[in-house]
Amino acid sequence: MTKLFMFEKPVGMRDTLPELYQLKKQVRDAISEEVARWGYAPIETPTLEFSETIGAASAILDQQLFKLLDQEGNTLVLRPDMTAPIARIAASTLSTAERPLRLTYDAPVFRSQQREGGKSAEFEQIGVELIGDHSNSADGEIIALMMASLEKSGLENYQIAVGHLGFVNAFLLEVLGNESRVATFRRYLYEKNYVGFRKAVDQLALSSIDQRRLKNLLGLKGGTEVLEKANDIVESSEGKAALSQLYQLIDVLEAYNLSDKIIIDLNLVMHMSYYTGTVFEAYSEGLGYPLGSGGRYDELLAKFDHPEPATGFGLRLDRLTEALGKTKETIINDVCIIFSNERRKEAMEKATEFRQENRTVVMQDVTGVNNVDAYSAQFSEVIYLVGSNGNGGGAR
Amino acid sequence: MTETTNRRELLTVAMPKGRIFDEAVALLRKANYPLPPEFDESRKLIIESPEAGMRFILAKPMDVPTYVEHGVADVGVAGKDVLIEEKRDVYEVLDLKISECYMAVAALPTYNPKADIAPKIATKYPNLASSYFREQGEQVEIIKLNGSIELAPIIGLADRIVDIVSTGRTLKENGLVEVETMMPITSRFIVNPVSYRTKSVQIDDMVERISAIIEGGEEV
Repeated sequence: MTKLFMFEKPVGMRDTLPELYQLKKQVRDAISEEVARWGYAPIETPTLEFSETIGAASAILDQQLFKLLDQEGNTLVLRPDMTAPIARIAASTLSTAERPLRLTYDAPVFRSQQREGGKSAEFEQIGVELIGDHSNSADGEIIALMMASLEKSGLENYQIAVGHLGFVNAFLLEVLGNESRVATFRRYLYEKNYVGFRKAVDQLALSSIDQRRLKNLLGLKGGTEVLEKANDIVESSEGKAALSQLYQLIDVLEAYNLSDKIIIDLNLVMHMSYYTGTVFEAYSEGLGYPLGSGGRYDELLAKFDHPEPATGFGLRLDRLTEALGKTKETIINDVCIIFSNERRKEAMEKATEFRQENRTVVMQDVTGVNNVDAYSAQFSEVIYLVGSNGNGGGAR
Repeated sequence: MTETTNRRELLTVAMPKGRIFDEAVALLRKANYPLPPEFDESRKLIIESPEAGMRFILAKPMDVPTYVEHGVADVGVAGKDVLIEEKRDVYEVLDLKISECYMAVAALPTYNPKADIAPKIATKYPNLASSYFREQGEQVEIIKLNGSIELAPIIGLADRIVDIVSTGRTLKENGLVEVETMMPITSRFIVNPVSYRTKSVQIDDMVERISAIIEGGEEV
């Protein structure tokens, strides 16, 4: 490896400069406030966790984990998501707390990027988890809260795609007959490879009716009419049950007055084995990646020996700020007091006065800055308190 | 409607320059997309066609999935070879069944696998080649080249090459023979995952019109 230049950073790591920081903070504050109003309690978890527990339970692929060793030789990971750590807490420290639990987090997560830039390896995620409630109202609340959060952040053009893993699994199983074939076809959906899916269907020894049913699955995307179409091709009671859950979920969202931003996509498979029921993703026009996602993960708590239903969402702050547009304007600095030794006391009093009025004041010793004109040009108001009284300057 | 929103509603289509281009353009014309006649000759990299509701960007074939993955193009036409090599997060929606060819391993006729101590493979597709040989249980060293792969065995840079073969003429003219057929390749219609939802009206219509043209008419 060649010698690194001083300014280099690992792939996917980003600095946040003041302008972007300000925008991020606005978005973060708006969402935290909204989430708190819905009664979700914030928690924090460690940045480092054991690879064997959190690393294995998380939805993130092993090769995307940042790993290191502790002094005893245990493999540690930089947490790749927040859902698994919260599941660990819910299953241990909070196992006796009254259910349902409503928790929220706002923390950086880490996912190693082997490819080029343009994708962050560390990014801030804001999300909620609702643990111990299996009802449709819980799924509806999570989707509604994600949408409310997006609105509060100032985003207008967005869409939510809602799917159901329980439906996909039940439907594939009733047509294909065994789990390993189901896994193959679910993988095609996960890889978004519809061509491969159709070719694999053609190669199966199935009746032409069943082949058609499978291919019809790929077209199940759109408004509520999709649920009718799905109802026509699914026969098993599990599949029908999943659909009736979706119907009820749409009712819940209609009650929230949110159904116009929802599309139904029964091919949405975001992870190979993590989610069990409702899944959803949020998109913004003009941004090529989802802003966030979530769903029901009823099996995850069982990995921590505490089986119970759970659902949640996570929003990516980096993508959300990107979707909201470039930083709106450069920061306009408020007041600058340029002072010299003789008038320090006066400058301090002035500054205190301004700060009490909630204004932002920079105090700058005139001997500490090289180019006073260029420096002071960054402020909307500059006050010179230089030289002995009455001589130097005054307000500009 | 303002100028800018109008612009945004154009569907951005990433087209591969070179081999696949003519066939892809012909396919779109057959699907009744009014593409401007300047299309065929132009050296422009971006061509707008407001009548068709589209903006075309002309990219290197290998880069088409990259533009689509990042969402700067909504849809694109890319060879399966490129999709396997690049492994981008895009929807592979249709097999366009154009630019048919296949991936193959080729070598000089004198090539003797048993005499091969440290097998070297030259290719434009290092990821595809290395996963192929790994699946075969064969340990090889991959040398990445950017073109004229046939040179490599002739002048002794590698023992075998992995490349796409359409007629086999290039191999023949350079005195190489095919030793293994790997997989068939055709061009695919790919879609950005976000555009697939946010611009679904335009994209679904496009998929329908194109699939009606594709021989045999795959249902969607």
